[in-house]
Amino acid sequence: MIFHGAVPESKLNGGSRMSGKSPNIKIKTKNLNLHYGTFHALGDVTMDIKERSITAIIGPSGCGKSTLLRVFNRMNDLIPSCRITGDVLLDGDSVYDKSTDVVELRKKVGMVFQKPNIFPMSIYDNIAIGPRRHGISRKSRLNEIVERSLTRVALWDEMKDSLNRPGLELPAGAQQRLCIARAVAVEPDVILMDESCSALDPESTMKVEELMLSLAEKYTIIIVTHNMEQARRVSDMSAFMMLNENRVGSLHEYGPTIELFTNPQSKVTEDYITGRFG
Amino acid sequence: MKISARTSEKIAKTLIWTAAVFVLAVLMFIILYILVKGLPVINWGFLTQVPRSMGREGGVSSTIVGTLMVTSVAVLIAAPFGIGTAFYLAEYTKGGFITRVIRFSAESLAGIPSIVYGLFGFIFFVIYLDLGWSVLSGGLTLAFMILPTIIRTSEEAIRSVPKIYREVSFSLSATKTQTIFKVVLPSALRGIANGIILSIGRCIAETAAVMLTAGSALRMSRSLFDPTRTMAVHFYILAVEGISMENAYGTAALLIIIIFLINVVANTLVNRFVR
Repeated sequence: MIFHGAVPESKLNGGSRMSGKSPNIKIKTKNLNLHYGTFHALGDVTMDIKERSITAIIGPSGCGKSTLLRVFNRMNDLIPSCRITGDVLLDGDSVYDKSTDVVELRKKVGMVFQKPNIFPMSIYDNIAIGPRRHGISRKSRLNEIVERSLTRVALWDEMKDSLNRPGLELPAGAQQRLCIARAVAVEPDVILMDESCSALDPESTMKVEELMLSLAEKYTIIIVTHNMEQARRVSDMSAFMMLNENRVGSLHEYGPTIELFTNPQSKVTEDYITGRFG
Repeated sequence: MKISARTSEKIAKTLIWTAAVFVLAVLMFIILYILVKGLPVINWGFLTQVPRSMGREGGVSSTIVGTLMVTSVAVLIAAPFGIGTAFYLAEYTKGGFITRVIRFSAESLAGIPSIVYGLFGFIFFVIYLDLGWSVLSGGLTLAFMILPTIIRTSEEAIRSVPKIYREVSFSLSATKTQTIFKVVLPSALRGIANGIILSIGRCIAETAAVMLTAGSALRMSRSLFDPTRTMAVHFYILAVEGISMENAYGTAALLIIIIFLINVVANTLVNRFVR
């Protein structure tokens, strides 16, 4: 695994939005190993993820990118044979501690999936579903949350008059932004995006990317993407994953996106980002 | 001899088409035959009067009430248990021994002829529990009869809800119970409702099991503990005992109309509440 050394602040600011004081560490993994039954899916992943920034996880198919993403909100818990060792810390607290409340964790760590997956209900109900699950039932409070969430994904003006229409009637791009609004409505700290643009056309992709950039002012965003250009355009940090010599998914190179893309330390990373394999 | 692709295509199409038309024609013939024979008998008096002189005269009002009561009892009891079991099978077990036992039992129950349920209901509810021939005995017996249908159709409906919906719900920090009631159940409602509508149809049409457990009293039943006679039993008796073929057809036509109406109403309700 290659870590880029301390990058001068000035260099970091070169093409990145990040400015001012360096952000805190939001998520930390240390020697993270994950097995599905006898299959070793992730090996010794150690990485720090900065607060209020966008971290892109890139790499060829089947190298464990989504698996790693799903470690952060314990989505892998749904798979019975999944075993995890090592440390995963969110704000310094262990994510996999026995005393950790998974429901509370997922309140802090939201997720947007690959395909838009709007529930077969109205736009309003789609966004209110999270807050309602947390016991918010006052209409005025829900209205406020729906408006704020839609505003945050720049859909409010478009949708304020059609909140009662079925969400499934919207075009795919708007549906995906609605999914982001639905995740935002829970007021998470971290938003995980698992190839959230792969089912969208270029224009919708651009809108979602703009959204990511604006959301990164408030949230810590971690994306998995197959689109190198997207990683280059939006992310502050890039993590290149691939199978190691034992065919175990591992973190191969990790560093500021500009560094990784302009001056990759490893030949494999360079081959991948220039499209020679993957 | 080699048949050209085009000819074989034509032959296949004709065969399939003939089969469909034949089935449709037979079905239409049966329904039209009964409606033509039965509709002239149906009038306001037929709907509102109780049967007189064993059903030779008067109407069928008490049998309509009896049918609705027995069916309601059966569905109100079977639906919660059936849907609950379906959720258990689809969401809470991972195909262990108990699951296999439940599923095997449900499938075996589905294959049992209704007269066997009737016999069981007669021995257990009517005699052993001393409920007598009553709406309750009949309803409970039918509840057992439709339980497998409800379990199977509900389980299928629940399983067909995309897995991603559950993941999204969990990712929004919902608990398992919240996910099941607020996300899975609404999405599966249409399939579950179809199973219940099917079951209602079977309850309304059932004869043997009801006759053995709810009796065949012609009086209007006033409580769950009164004996009753359902429409299906009524026209069976009218026809078999040669009391009045005319009224038997009238009752049968009414039965067809009621089942049709229930289907229409149920579908409208489902469409209204499930988007």
